[in-house]
Amino acid sequence: MHSSPDEPPRSKPQSLSDLFVSFTVLALQGFGGVLAVAQRELVERKRWMTNEEFVEEWAVAQIMPGPNIINLCIMIGGRHFGRRGALAALAGMLLAPLLILLLIALLYAHYASHPGVVGALRGMGAVAAGLIVATGLKLFPALKKNAMGMATCVTFGGLCFVAVAILRWPLAYVLLGLGAVACTVVYRKLPA
Amino acid sequence: MNIVLHFAWGDWLHLFTHFLSLSLLAVGGAITTAPDMHRFLVDQQGWLSDDQFNASIAIAQAAPGPNVLFVALMGWNVGLNAGGLWHALLGVLVSMLGIILPSSALTYFASRWGHQNRELRAVRAFKQGMAPIVIALLIATGWLLASAHGDPARDWPLWLTTVVSALLVWRTRLHLLWLLGAGALLGWYGLV
Repeated sequence: MHSSPDEPPRSKPQSLSDLFVSFTVLALQGFGGVLAVAQRELVERKRWMTNEEFVEEWAVAQIMPGPNIINLCIMIGGRHFGRRGALAALAGMLLAPLLILLLIALLYAHYASHPGVVGALRGMGAVAAGLIVATGLKLFPALKKNAMGMATCVTFGGLCFVAVAILRWPLAYVLLGLGAVACTVVYRKLPA
Repeated sequence: MNIVLHFAWGDWLHLFTHFLSLSLLAVGGAITTAPDMHRFLVDQQGWLSDDQFNASIAIAQAAPGPNVLFVALMGWNVGLNAGGLWHALLGVLVSMLGIILPSSALTYFASRWGHQNRELRAVRAFKQGMAPIVIALLIATGWLLASAHGDPARDWPLWLTTVVSALLVWRTRLHLLWLLGAGALLGWYGLV
C-alpha cells in the first residue's frame, strides 16, 4: 500500500541530546496516547527505523511489563547509546510532559466544568481514537514479509481484535495466550 | 472532601514499594493496574479521595505525553494531602520511580539480549508471531476509545470525526497537531 520505491536513506540519532530533544518533541505532540506520533516521527520523519522494524520493536515493548511507549523509548535509546541513551530517551519522554501535567493539574480545578473545555477534550479524544486506528492501518503492510503468510496474519489479527474490542477480555491474557499460539505457528514455519 | 495526612518515612517507603510491586505486573500498560492502585490508595490507606483518583487519570489522558504520568499525579495528590508542594514533589518522584524502574530495567536487558540474539529462531518467531497481534491491538484500542463516544446514531459527529481523522492520518502526511487542534475547536464550539 504505502511502500514507495524511492525511500530516502536511513538515519539514526546523532547524540544523547538528539535523543532527549527528539523524544521530548515526540511526547509533547502525544495527546491521548503517544504511539501514533511515535510511528510518524520515528519512521516517517526521522527515519530511524522502517515500518517492519517499528512493528518488531513495538511487539517487544508491548509484551514487556510497563508502559509500552516508555519501553519503546528505552529500547531505542539503549540500542544506539547504551544505558545513557536509554536514560536520555526516558528523560525526554517524561520531563517536559510532567511539568506541563502538573501545571494543568493546578489549573484543572478552575476549568474542569467549563463546557468549552469539556467539549474540546471530547473532540480531541475522537481525533486521538482515529490516529491510533490509522497507525494500525499504516503498519499493516509490514506483515507482507511475515513467515506466517498474509492469510494467517489476518486470522490472528482478527481474533485479537474480537477478543479485545468486542469480548473485552483482559489484554494480558490475549497477548500471552494468542501470542504464544502465533509464535509457535511461526516457529514451526521458520528454517531451523 | 479534603484529606489531611501525617506522612512518616515509613509511609513514603510503603507508597514506593506499592508502585514497585505493580510495575512488573503491568503487562499492557500501567493503566491495567489502576484497579489495584485504587484498592490500595483509596480503599485501604485512605491516602487519596475518589475524586482525586479519577481526576488523576482523566487529566493525564487529556494532557500531552505518556499516559503513565497519571501515576505521577497520584503521587502528587498524595503529597498534597500530606502537607504541600514539597511533599507533592516527593510524591511524584517516589511513585514514578516505583512504577518505572523495575519494568524499564527488565525491558532494557531483555531488548539487549533480544538484539544480540536476533538471528535465533525463537527470537525471530517471537517478533513475527507477535506482529499481527500488536497491530490488531492498535486497531482494537482505537475502536474501544471510539466506542466511548456512545450510540453511533445519536453521536455520529464524534464517530465521523474519528473516521475522518483516521483516513487523513492513514493516507496523508498532515501534521497530527492540526488534526488534534481541529478536534478541540469542533468540541469547544459544541459541533461534535
